[in-house]
Amino acid sequence: MALCVELGDEISVETNTRVRALEFLIQQKGLTGVVETVPSFRSLLVYYDPAQVGYEALCASLATLVEQASTATLPPPRVVEIPCCYAPDLGLDLEAAAERLQMTTDELVRAHSGAEYLVYFVGFTPGLPYMAGVPARIQLPRLTTPRVKVPPGSVGLGGAQFCIYSVESPGGYWLLGRTPLRLYDPEAADPTLLRAGDRVRMRPIPRAEYDAIAARVAARTYRPVIA
Amino acid sequence: MIRFTEPGPQTTVQDLGRPGHLREGIPPSGPMDVRAFVAANRLVGNPDGAAGLECTVLGPRFSVERACAIAVTGAEAPVTVNDAPAPQWATVALKPGDAVRIGAAKAGVRIYVAFSGGLDVPAVLGSRATYLRGRLGGVEGRALRRGDALALLPSAGAPPLRRLAAAEIPALEPEPEIRVVLGPQADRFTDEGLHAFLSSPYEMLPQSDRMGARLTGPRIAHRNGHDIISDGIALGAIQVPGDGQPIVLLVDRQSTGGYTKVATVGSFDIGRVGQVKPGQRMRFRAVEVAEAHRLRQQFERSLAQVAGGGVPT
Repeated sequence: MALCVELGDEISVETNTRVRALEFLIQQKGLTGVVETVPSFRSLLVYYDPAQVGYEALCASLATLVEQASTATLPPPRVVEIPCCYAPDLGLDLEAAAERLQMTTDELVRAHSGAEYLVYFVGFTPGLPYMAGVPARIQLPRLTTPRVKVPPGSVGLGGAQFCIYSVESPGGYWLLGRTPLRLYDPEAADPTLLRAGDRVRMRPIPRAEYDAIAARVAARTYRPVIA
Repeated sequence: MIRFTEPGPQTTVQDLGRPGHLREGIPPSGPMDVRAFVAANRLVGNPDGAAGLECTVLGPRFSVERACAIAVTGAEAPVTVNDAPAPQWATVALKPGDAVRIGAAKAGVRIYVAFSGGLDVPAVLGSRATYLRGRLGGVEGRALRRGDALALLPSAGAPPLRRLAAAEIPALEPEPEIRVVLGPQADRFTDEGLHAFLSSPYEMLPQSDRMGARLTGPRIAHRNGHDIISDGIALGAIQVPGDGQPIVLLVDRQSTGGYTKVATVGSFDIGRVGQVKPGQRMRFRAVEVAEAHRLRQQFERSLAQVAGGGVPT
């Protein structure tokens, strides 16, 4: 059984921070009957075991925690550096996006990699981070026809949102580049690189460095830069 | 070793799944029809969560190298051992060299095969369940292939031969009624749309899989727009995209999504959805949360009792 706690109806850092604070409080208090939680932009999905907690009782305890969520202190965020090669053969829409935005590809890359992004949540496919906060001057509506297959590691832009595809999947975002890092590695002890609440910085890298890091990632000798 | 000469179109190793990873985008997986899966394990003397097979529409052909016991449950399908018919929902003892063939489902979709001891594949994130899209768990995260050979974990000895009492074997109805709780976005649909949803049959489409059951039927019309800000998707959530056709999200579902959700199928009825064939129809009936809790308790009791006693074969 599951219930959805909605804390707003917009994509904002404030609302999402309350979602993550609510999840943090549930974990800290070890709320009886809660088996799993799924944060997203503005809501928290709470899976519960009805044999351990009734619906009304759970709603009441969650309501108390929702009140505390506005003032709760979350642990300090991790800052994760994502190396990204912005090249037209990896970022399949880089040139088209720059043209549409009436800027050079260098200007687009600088704008995209100059910002720091919040991981609002991880979802859809394993390890895929949902980020927002894309500078207004490089925002584009999603592709009119989504691609059937987007390669993993592709860095995509859709409106104010930006994501990094974690597995090969369909996708409607403008692809600007690709990271050699694996966002999802089913064989790793911790299979996903990013978590809700992380801060992400993009580091533009040349093609040679992309290939070098990709080789180290494949050999499992690369350690991502996490502060 | 169990050697597979024919794997069937989609046969995967499953156990009771890997809960706790949806916040990383990793679904629980596990069997679509939990009750049939658990019954199979109990019939061969296994713990409920031992790894077995889920086969889709058509079962595998395999031979065993050493004595063991199997039980085949779920969808109704012919089972033979060395070409002689063998029962479903019963313990079947196998000798070294026995060849088993599980044919095409006559009713239902998912066939379960439990082996005494359970299949020995590596546990990933605490589970042996296969998640195909994420290439996780089971045999290299994939469906079985011809030539695969799987080992069994040690078992507690030959289990007693039992079969399920007839009353415990679920009827696979031609047009099952699936119970749902309306929401979380039922208010985003027109009255006519909600009426259509709760009064008309919906047909299972062939592109359905363990991620979602795609259905077709009278349009479930939206009031204004079909998109929401992406949020979490519960097991059984019924998404309705712009075309007004429902998709029931299942054990391998995406963890989050941005389409409106008209209702959620109770976890107690997910197994019944998983047994509806393409071209077959189902109906939805709305229940209140309290009623859903009661039905869930009833399901848990039935699960606790299934194959508990059994009768000697």
